[in-house]
Amino acid sequence: MHRSRREFVKAGGVLGLMVAAGLITDKQARAQQQAWNKAAFESKSLDETVKALGGSGSAQSADVVITAPDIAENGAVVPVAVASKIPNTQAIYILVEKNPNALAAGFGIPAGTEPSVATRIKMGQTSNVYAVVKADNKFYVAAKEVKVTLGGCGG
Amino acid sequence: MPDPMRIRATEQPDGVDVRVLMSHEMETGQRRDSAGAIVPAHFIQTVVVSYNGKPVLSAEWGPAVAKNPYLQFKFKGGKKGEKVSVTWVDNKGETRTDEATIG
Repeated sequence: MHRSRREFVKAGGVLGLMVAAGLITDKQARAQQQAWNKAAFESKSLDETVKALGGSGSAQSADVVITAPDIAENGAVVPVAVASKIPNTQAIYILVEKNPNALAAGFGIPAGTEPSVATRIKMGQTSNVYAVVKADNKFYVAAKEVKVTLGGCGG
Repeated sequence: MPDPMRIRATEQPDGVDVRVLMSHEMETGQRRDSAGAIVPAHFIQTVVVSYNGKPVLSAEWGPAVAKNPYLQFKFKGGKKGEKVSVTWVDNKGETRTDEATIG
């Protein structure tokens, strides 16, 4: 009886240590989570999103290059690539005009990293996809229409 | 524990090309199951790619990033044999870190 209790306590101690160790990474995880810009991700339009990101407006720019298919057969997986030729590019955002929330993804570009990213997004329906580039605290935008034959939201 | 990421980092003349494939549901929170109940949102919110302990890319994602997210970018300064690490955190606080050697 006593012995099994001892062992139980011992096991509990080890478990506690593991939790304690886990807590440290948990804290880091939470700090990373807090960096997530909730307001921006809840915005419904391009202008609203740019405001939530700290800008006052955006200018069309030919130096922002967005690469996406003309027609996406499956809206659940739409490959999008964005490259910026603007010096001092700080961040790149990908927005979908007609998704429930416009902002799909944002990328912070530190010095030494090429201002060019590629990823895959979901699109609910045919819509404009915007590439927004933040450079020197100004916002630049390029758009491309992607036709979706099968929506990726709601399925 | 979520499945490991697949990371490929290759040295090229103009920098290190990094490609990451993560394994994640990326549930939007807008879908309903067969009983009509909303499937709760579950998606990766932040991703940090580090080289030598320094971030070379940080990403913030919404639920509109496709399931099993893919990410590709390039950074300068990396060399063959060195390591890059990728960490993601999702909206439930789950997290995963994986490392790859630049080849």
